[in-house]
Amino acid sequence: MNYVEHIGKYFVMLKQVFTKPQRARVFREALFREIDELGLKSLGIIAFISFFIGGVIALQTALNLESPFIPKSLIGFAAKRSIILEFAPTFCSIILAGKVGSYITSSIGTMRVTEQIDALEVMGINSLNYLVLPKIIATVFFYPFLVVLGMFLGIFGGWVAGVLSGLFSGIDFITGVQMDFDPFLLTYAIIKTLVFAFLIATVPSYHGYYVKGGSLEVGKASTQSVVWTIVVIVIANYFLTQMLLT
Amino acid sequence: MIEVNNLHKGFSGVEILKGITTSFQPGETSLIIGQSGSGKTVFLKSLIGLHAPEKGSIIYDGRVNTEMTIEDKRHFRQELGMVFQGSALFDSLTVEENVMFPLKMFTKQPVDEMLDRVNFVLKRVNLENSNKKFPAELSGGMQKRVAIARAIVMNPKYLFCDEPNSGLDPQTSIVIDNLIQEITDEYKITTVINTHDMNSVMEIGDKIVFLKNGVKAWEGSHKEIFKTDNEAVVNFVYSSNLFKKVRQAYLNDV
Ligand SMILES: Nc1ncnc2c1ncn2[C@@H]1O[C@H](COP(=O)(O)OP(=O)(O)OP(=O)(O)O)[C@@H](O)[C@H]1O
Ligand SMILES: [Mg+2]
Repeated sequence: MNYVEHIGKYFVMLKQVFTKPQRARVFREALFREIDELGLKSLGIIAFISFFIGGVIALQTALNLESPFIPKSLIGFAAKRSIILEFAPTFCSIILAGKVGSYITSSIGTMRVTEQIDALEVMGINSLNYLVLPKIIATVFFYPFLVVLGMFLGIFGGWVAGVLSGLFSGIDFITGVQMDFDPFLLTYAIIKTLVFAFLIATVPSYHGYYVKGGSLEVGKASTQSVVWTIVVIVIANYFLTQMLLT
Repeated sequence: MIEVNNLHKGFSGVEILKGITTSFQPGETSLIIGQSGSGKTVFLKSLIGLHAPEKGSIIYDGRVNTEMTIEDKRHFRQELGMVFQGSALFDSLTVEENVMFPLKMFTKQPVDEMLDRVNFVLKRVNLENSNKKFPAELSGGMQKRVAIARAIVMNPKYLFCDEPNSGLDPQTSIVIDNLIQEITDEYKITTVINTHDMNSVMEIGDKIVFLKNGVKAWEGSHKEIFKTDNEAVVNFVYSSNLFKKVRQAYLNDV
């Protein structure tokens, strides 16, 4: 199959995903399971990475702005902007694509090759709706919180790095962070996150749902799906940035 | 009753089922036998609507498959139970949740009523005290029994089983066969089973359909299968010396 066919099939899949759930009760249960599986279980890794990358961003900025003519507060300002604009939404999404994407593909793919999806269909259940919609809702609602958490911890990491390394003072950093705050940047970051969250739920689902073969193919599909999710995120990031910021 | 008329099904130009005509009665256990690759699974999946036939029709108690709307099909599917070759239990749900799943999806009963029903069918398949276990914690035979419980929990009119006793020991195999036959008789279900198991063939088949290269080569009851001199059937069913002797003994008896 060529790319155009895959893209077409992906949209046909979405059409079946977005139908009314057959049973609200069952849908709710699935949703809570997915929020736990895709969201809460990613808190740790996002917190950990944000904190350290935030520190590295602040250090790098400090090292590159070493000039007596540049006020130290600019470090905090620049670090804040990179964290809010790119690091938190894009970098965190790429990490989530790796962690959550492979999980989604392998779990749906396993259901496919062990005929669990056929079992759903035979019961008269719209399997795409049942399996994929809760994942989309879970990621789209939860990932903005994860990303905002990533922002806070990233900035906090920057502050800690400054204090520990002595390259800039905590006060200067905070002054910089508070300087010239533009709420649109936050809106922009959230819009990006919503799009990425949607992609993280749907692209791996597509790869898992249409897998053919056995467990070997499920493994291959997981790898493929992570690669494709990241590629699509990077492309979407480019166009969103162009659309929203220029 | 299920009537199958001139059913054709192929994949990318290769014809697998080449015009099959037969029928299955309620309260009867019908068996589909045939060599590996003869199209048994394709036939069963066509019967439950997972494959769309290219030609021919399947009539379920007067309802013609080609004339059913999506709504009709959904409704029809709630009337059927299917036991897949590999059980196809939902990994992430416990035994109890697996069996309760169709009830949750399609009935509005309160939870304790559903639990009663679940416990009833689990008892029916002799599987008590495993309610909270996950499929991965069960043996193959137990998984099969859970799959049967899940298939019958909605009181189906039609029951389909793809090799329900492959990979089971002879004793469990017989237990499962008898179970299916009892349920079929008790609830007047129209039951169709794919099998490789010659014990089942000689014991439980009210009707046996022998598929060869995608066509129906023979059909009859498990009593008739001892007497037939259809060469293909005899070669297939009595390929082992043991079964040859069984047949001879049966023929000497009557
Ligand atoms: N989805 C499919 N796409 C293409 N070919 C298929 C498909 N399903 C089955 N076939 C082909 O149809 C033929 C019959 O397969 P089927 O699974 O029905 O055999 P079977 O009688 O059930 O065999 P076994 O006893 O080994 O389970 C095989 O040649 C198989 O390759
Ligand atoms: Mg088969």
